[in-house]
This record gives sequence, C-alpha cells and structure tokens, in this order.
Amino acid sequence: MARMKFLCDADRCIECNACVTACKNEHEVPWGMNRRRVVTLNDGKPGERSISMACMHCTDAPCAAVCPTNVFYTTADSLVLHNKDLCIGCGYCFYACPFGAPQYPKVGNFGTRGKMDKCTYCAGGPEADGSKEEYEKYGANRLAEGKLPLCAEMCSTKSLLAGDGDVIAQIYKERVKTRGYGSGAWGWQTAYHETIAT
Amino acid sequence: MAKLVAHLRLIAGAVALAFVVALAVPAAAQQGPVNPTAAAVQEQQLLQKLQVIQGLGTIPDTKSYVLEHPAGRDWRMFRTVYLQWIGAIAILGMLALLIIFYMWRGTIKIEGGRSGRTIVRFNAFERFVHWLTASTFVVLGITGLNISFGRGLLLPWMGPSAFSTWSEWGKYAHNYLSFAFTIGVVLMFLMWIGQNFPTAADVQWFKMGGGMGKGHQHPPAHRFNGGQKLLYWLIVLGGAAMIISGYMLLFPFYGGLTVGNMELAEIFHGVVGVLFVALIIAHIYLGTLGMEGAFEAMGEGTVDLNWAKEHHSLWVEEEMQHGAGGARTQPAE
Repeated sequence: MARMKFLCDADRCIECNACVTACKNEHEVPWGMNRRRVVTLNDGKPGERSISMACMHCTDAPCAAVCPTNVFYTTADSLVLHNKDLCIGCGYCFYACPFGAPQYPKVGNFGTRGKMDKCTYCAGGPEADGSKEEYEKYGANRLAEGKLPLCAEMCSTKSLLAGDGDVIAQIYKERVKTRGYGSGAWGWQTAYHETIAT
Repeated sequence: MAKLVAHLRLIAGAVALAFVVALAVPAAAQQGPVNPTAAAVQEQQLLQKLQVIQGLGTIPDTKSYVLEHPAGRDWRMFRTVYLQWIGAIAILGMLALLIIFYMWRGTIKIEGGRSGRTIVRFNAFERFVHWLTASTFVVLGITGLNISFGRGLLLPWMGPSAFSTWSEWGKYAHNYLSFAFTIGVVLMFLMWIGQNFPTAADVQWFKMGGGMGKGHQHPPAHRFNGGQKLLYWLIVLGGAAMIISGYMLLFPFYGGLTVGNMELAEIFHGVVGVLFVALIIAHIYLGTLGMEGAFEAMGEGTVDLNWAKEHHSLWVEEEMQHGAGGARTQPAE
C-alpha cells in the first residue's frame, strides 16, 4: 500500500484559500471550525511565503500516543483517522499535535469541547465507506471512490500535493530541479522525520 | 500580556531573520541567476529561533495562525513516558512503604488503653469541610489517574466502548467536582491556618521522629503535631497548585492562554497530582489502619482521652484548663 502524504510547495502557494473553502464545503465542516487553513509567514515583506496546513497524518502520530481513550487508528494507507464515538473531548491531541490539526465544536460549559474533528484525508472514519453515518460524522469519503483529497485536487497552482509520498516527493524534486530553487517540504521533518533531498 | 510577549518575540524573530536575509541577499545577487528562495523564510531557521512558527491567516480563529509547534512532541514524551514512571514510582512506592511500615509497626495501639472518656476534637463544621474535600479528592484522584493510566490498565479489559463512556463521565465529574474541591481547600486553609504555624514543639516532634524514634516516645504536641502541620501545608499549597493549573486546562485559551502554557499546566497538574495522591494514601493509612483511635476524630468528632494525651499532650492540657477537667463540648479555637 501507498504511504499517503500531503506536500505544500510554498513557492507556488498564492494564498487563495480555495483549499480551505473546498474542504469546508466538501465535508460540511461546522461554522468556526477549519480542517485546513493557510498561514502566511512574513506577510507583506520580501520572502513572504504561504503554506496550506492540515493534519499531516504523521508517522508515529503524537495525537494517537497521548489519547487517553485510544481514539486514533492508522489505515493501510498510513492515514491517521479517528473514531468519534470514543472521543471524550479532553483536548490532549490538540496539545500534542505539532500542526494544530484537531478542532473542537466547543459545545457545553467550561472545557467541554465536544468530539474532536480533523482532516480525514477525505477518507471518512470507521463506519462503512460512503454511508450516511460516516458522512455525518466525518464528511465525504473520496478515497473510497478512488479520488484524492479535494483540497489538493482543486489547487489552482498545484502547490498542494496529495498522494503516495514517494510520487509527490518525486514531482517536487523535478520542480525544484527545473526552476532551480525550493524552500523545502514544510512540516515533513516534524511529521515524517524526513526531508526531500533536492 | 502574554499576547504582548508573543508579539515581541515575533518582532525579535523577524528582526533577526531580516538580518540574516540582509546578509544573504547581496551574496546571492553576485552569483548571477535570481534565486527567490534566498530571501524566503526557511523552516529550519524559524524552528531553531522561535520553536513555534507563526504567521497570519484569514480565518477568525487566531490560534490557527500557528503553523508549526513541534514542542507537542516533547509534551507527548512527558505523557507517554515520564508521567507513567513518576506516577508508578510515587503511588506504588508509597503503597510498598506503607506495607513495610505496617509489617514493622502494625496498628499503633493506644498505650494506656481506652479510658472510656472522650474529648471533642473536630466539630461538625470541621468534619463537613474535611469530608467535602476528601470525598471530592477521591473522585478527582481516581478520574485523574484514569485519564493518565486508564488506557494501559483499564482499556484492555473494559473494551473501547465501555472505557470511553466511563472516561467521559469521569471527565465530567473531574471538571465539575473541581469547584467543590476548591471550596473545600479554601475553607480548610482559612479554618485551620491559626493552628498550623510551626512552633518549637514541632522541631522537637520532628527530632523525635514523630514518635518513631528510639523507645517510641510520644513527643508533646499541640492540637496539630509537626507531621499534621506539614500535611496541612502540603495540602493547601498542593491544592492551590492543582486548582490553578486545573483551571488553566478547564478554560482552554481563555485570557490569552497558548498551547505552550497549557502543555506546561498539564505537566504541572500531572506531576503534582500523582504526588498528591501518594501523600493522601499515606494520610488515609494513618487515619484508619495505621493508628487505633485516630479515625473517630473525623468520624464522630471525639477521641478517647488517653489517645489525646498520648498524641497531643499539650493540646489536652490547654483543653483541660479551659474546661476545668471535663471533656469539653466545644473544640479548641
């Protein structure tokens, strides 16, 4: 099986936020929550770069390690998915996540956060693929239909890549070689303990 | 304030970065072909300088402007390795110590036997405050340990669904009972502070090992002996530490709290928590199995006069002066 990854080519991202909008629309993500967001560094200065970030589906994911109720599971494609039925909303995965991926609907009083929601790589959850229950809890399951995550699929500059880690790394390497520069695969060192040698 | 510091840090980082960039730009210009990344922000550089990569976004959730926060991995090490060891050593170590102590001394008897006369030790209000704090502490302790150790100890035989339901109710209990516990600790602090300042008698008490020294002589003590005063201050200070760090976790992101702050609060809450549980296990042992005649002080509120004379001789003298030789109905103030 493939090892699925995300790669954001910061030298191509134009901060259009279409990935953010597409994700919210595809999965009916509730108001106030974002599975994906674009962060701009050095805004308005020379060397400004924007990066689209969501759950990176880490190797040896910290969220899964700290979860008190063992909500997370890793699929055959190395995606880090979660079972909302087991989530108690303690917030520990948010503390452990290096990318700020976990989101909470924040229903109820005090620290009652509700069940955690995050990027599923458009791969749904533990329910039957494409079922109504799965859609209501996790949104669309595009992977089961043979499609890649929508955010990357519709990226106008093809900055955001999704797919087999080796394949997208190769695409990125070729880009860097052709254009002569590249600021690296953001988050890869933290998420996968590796970088793309260019 | 925290926001200001974060801004200052950002500005300092940006200035440092601009300096590096300024050095790099002329060098690149001399080499001919334009390299746009020579001036661009570099991930490794940012991480080394700031530990957190933060920028600007366009969605209302400002905490999502943190792009990368690798310190989460350190916190994960604390949760999955360090806290597990600290908790196991503190709690199992305390249990082992108490078992050894029990095998050595057994239940410490009233040497003179029961006199049949009793003396009031804790009035109804004091006992109410004690049991309010104690009962909530037991629930907070068990549900707290469940969050840290339940996955390893309970989940395998409870099954994911039952364990999750139990943990969710445990979390609710932990969150809501924290307020009752807070009231208990505050009342305890105010109620007993007058009798818990260290005195010369306490030095003597500790020198004699609290009665554990040679010949098992009972050192003289006022209403609270040195050990009890130590316990009082550990509970008041430990309780305050738990309450403050706990409320930081109960109100996430309120008042400018960052993920980094909450990670630190959780580390503090976890370490002090397991030590607190170990301390209270020792307290429960001494108040029940460990010593004859001790539990009734918090049970019925009265103790046997001989027990009082052996363990709190100075207090009994004071009481006798007040009450002209008889058992008083009011406790010492």
